[in-house]
Amino acid sequence: MKKYTFSVYRYNPDVDNAPHMKEYTLEVEDNQDLMVLEALIKLKEKDPTLSFRRSCREGVCGSDGMSINGKNGLACITHLSSLKSDKIVIRPLPGLPVIRDLIVDMSQFYQQYEKIKPYLINDDKTPPARERLQSPEERAKLDGLYECILCACCSTSCPSFWWNPDKFVGPAGLLHAYRFLIDSRDTATEERLDELDDAFSVFRCHGIMNCVNVCPKGLNPTKAIGHIKSMLLSRAV
Amino acid sequence: MVKAAGTFGRSGSHDYILLRASSVVIFLFTLFMIGFFASTANVTYEIWSGLFSNLWMKVFTLLTLTAVLIHGWIGIWQVLTDYVKATGVRAFIQFLFSVGLIVVWLAGLFVLWGV
Ligand code: SF4
Ligand code: SF4
Ligand code: FES
Repeated sequence: MKKYTFSVYRYNPDVDNAPHMKEYTLEVEDNQDLMVLEALIKLKEKDPTLSFRRSCREGVCGSDGMSINGKNGLACITHLSSLKSDKIVIRPLPGLPVIRDLIVDMSQFYQQYEKIKPYLINDDKTPPARERLQSPEERAKLDGLYECILCACCSTSCPSFWWNPDKFVGPAGLLHAYRFLIDSRDTATEERLDELDDAFSVFRCHGIMNCVNVCPKGLNPTKAIGHIKSMLLSRAV
Repeated sequence: MVKAAGTFGRSGSHDYILLRASSVVIFLFTLFMIGFFASTANVTYEIWSGLFSNLWMKVFTLLTLTAVLIHGWIGIWQVLTDYVKATGVRAFIQFLFSVGLIVVWLAGLFVLWGV
């Protein structure tokens, strides 16, 4: 049996004056490895007041982003063994208001996402009868962008987003912004760029790359942001 | 909502370009100064004032001071809008820095004028 100690952030605004860390222990068979989410579910069996979000439990829905030993990630696809420690500290995603325990209020994150108009805009007066065709090359440009599951691990690890969550779009939103900027079927490129060309939306990214470091889907928001900056700068000069 | 107010440039990309361009000028001036001190064993008053009596050196120096003004203005504004959330306090600190930067620029102008 391997014994793990969990220190979990607890805060229930209805009864607690302040957040606190609560210690739990969990024993795992020697030949067994659990995901952090499975461990949390076992802890919840012992202490039903422990709250967290989850749904797909396979890294697809983006519900269970949290800070695990100081690094944002999805609990459902993080092996206990990968943490290389029998002490595990679990906190909610940093920077967002806590609703309860590991559950954060994602409104600011979604507002930024909404701002970049995450849908195809095409002003073609005579839409094709069946579908808008793309060449394989045009389609390939969307790879590494469309896979984002909006888990918010990236934006909540970004200092620029912590300081200006109302004005800086953040890595997740910008990844999506670029996904539509380079889509050959989208005709609103100029309008989209106009809306991003202030001192905050894009240019608050200073290339710290925390976002790349944590993305559980292995995406690279910094690269997409670099492309957006180039598009904005080539218009400006 | 802090938008363009306080920034030097007209837009995010304009700010970005000003920041990079001014840093290139400051870098070149720094390189030049390092080169000057490395190649001049004994910097006397004559050599020093002789250097600054050249028109090109006056222009180069004033250009660099202008770059410092722009770079500092935008840079301070960016740092303050990250870390100082109270608008009044931020405006006051920005005011101090902006005045300071302009004073440095003017002082430089009159010093160069006098050489
Ligand atoms: S690279 Fe940009 S978006 Fe990513 S963490 Fe850094 S500042 Fe944030
Ligand atoms: S880019 Fe990655 S970390 Fe960010 S929201 Fe999308 S999937 Fe999550
Ligand atoms: S529960 Fe869906 S991503 Fe983890």
